[in-house]
Amino acid sequence: MQKVIMGNHALSWGALLSRAEVIAAYPITPQTEVVELLSNMCADGDLDAQFIKVESEHSAMAASMGASAAGARTFTATSAQGLALMHEVLHWATGARLPIVMGNINRAMAPPWTIWTEQTDSISERDTGWLQIYTSSIQEIMDSVIQAYKVAEQVYLPVMVVLDSFVLSHTNENCDIPDQSKVDAYLPKFENAYKLDVAKPAAYGGLTGPDWYYELRYKIQKDTERSLDLFEETGKEFGEMFGRPYGLVETYKLDDAEIVLVTSASIASTARPVIDQLREEGHKAGLVRIRVFRPFPSDLLRKLLQGRKKVLVIDRNISFGMSGAFYEETKAALYNEKSAPPMWGYIAGLGGRDVPVDVIKETFLETIKEDHPEGDIIWIGVKK
Amino acid sequence: MLEIRFHGRGGQGTVVASKALAFAVAREGRYVQTFPEYGVERRGAPVVAFTRIDDEPIYIRSKIYEPDHLVVLEPTLIGAIDVTEGLKPGGWIIINSEKKAADFPQFKGFKVATFDATSVAVKYRLGSAAAPIVNTAILGALSKITGFVGIDAVREAVHEISPVKKDENVKAAEEAYETAVREQEQP
Repeated sequence: MQKVIMGNHALSWGALLSRAEVIAAYPITPQTEVVELLSNMCADGDLDAQFIKVESEHSAMAASMGASAAGARTFTATSAQGLALMHEVLHWATGARLPIVMGNINRAMAPPWTIWTEQTDSISERDTGWLQIYTSSIQEIMDSVIQAYKVAEQVYLPVMVVLDSFVLSHTNENCDIPDQSKVDAYLPKFENAYKLDVAKPAAYGGLTGPDWYYELRYKIQKDTERSLDLFEETGKEFGEMFGRPYGLVETYKLDDAEIVLVTSASIASTARPVIDQLREEGHKAGLVRIRVFRPFPSDLLRKLLQGRKKVLVIDRNISFGMSGAFYEETKAALYNEKSAPPMWGYIAGLGGRDVPVDVIKETFLETIKEDHPEGDIIWIGVKK
Repeated sequence: MLEIRFHGRGGQGTVVASKALAFAVAREGRYVQTFPEYGVERRGAPVVAFTRIDDEPIYIRSKIYEPDHLVVLEPTLIGAIDVTEGLKPGGWIIINSEKKAADFPQFKGFKVATFDATSVAVKYRLGSAAAPIVNTAILGALSKITGFVGIDAVREAVHEISPVKKDENVKAAEEAYETAVREQEQP
């Protein structure tokens, strides 16, 4: 079914098609429509799920954890301050190995109060162990929720599907909504092997001493590493079934590219026409969009980027005192490579500042002009 | 690619107008992208919304700075803000107004068309008489004047998108389509 839908509703449709069984969420701009539509879907009987109204995001995640521990396929969504309020329980969801899927709308953190897009909210949670997918179209948002469950339920880890506030959340565009039967075939009902069961009483998450906690962390890391292949496999399988393949990264005109832009989310989408323009002007430009940020696809990036003449990264987030996260981690991935290209790190679009074609092109032209990057942060268009 | 910018005031259905156009165009099998400029929304405040239309998938995800065409749902915005900022030469300016195109000499170099969508909205009791919702009527007029989108698709899109008074909204769009005049003035 072809429909024109908004990014937020793509999350709701993704949860519906995945047959989420429990939804616990608290509304926050710009996420509200996700919950509104899910609430309608439950009320209308289109989605056979328990909709739990809660009094905060901390409770939303706590309720999601309870539901997931009981074996239910669980969905929630939040943004910015709401995600920050969940922080403590985000760690808990990972440590308890609960395959929850959550939509997060990237909104800049307050103060000052703001509702516009920036990735610092989800980047701040990169060490909680949640796997993170950064989307760049309305279609991809919906498709990613379905794939997220398929990965989450194999490694028993939670997944965050991330989208830009307004630029994606409130943009309406064409979306192909697949038949439920096809999605059911791709994503069968989940049987949690470790679910709470009154017939088999067990204790979970109890006090664990230094003799075993270390091993539990090792297992989380190993399963997170395993999810790299799973994201590739499930994305490929999705492509075979629905005609839209996905992977850890998406590349554009990369084969012979000498200067490569690495970026994410909606900026990576706008970058495509920029690459076309630069190609017409005789520059061998290419694009790598990092789609899965956790686990970070270090091996793949080494393969794609080493030997290039120049690499530039645009980040719509900042780790104060360091740099943008995508730049920081891409650079770290290439550090030990003999043919690591010089890398420029640009910050753009914080707090929802628009990042049009001209701004992306400016970062390319600056990079082309220079022989070597000076410092780790280049601010684009900042009013000083 | 066609890029269209909508200007209105909060409460007139400006954002829905941009969405309804997108819904209609998608029904004709083309790619669309539509989004409002989000600020602090309140009734009566200037509102801007955007629609992109293309035969190919649309990748660009920034605001529209150089629109091909404009739709002005609220004529009192003209002069209060520079509605034509960035408008490409020769682009259409569709204005909801009872005046004639010749009454807008400041828009030299553009194609101006007017249509009294307010009267149609009031006739079908869309919104209140004091604050009518003019979006569905102006879309009917846009379909007739520019031919960007067919009236059949507009009719279906309006029916789909209208939360209440579906039939009245469809009739408003149809009446606008039938009575709007493709009057092209280059004052």
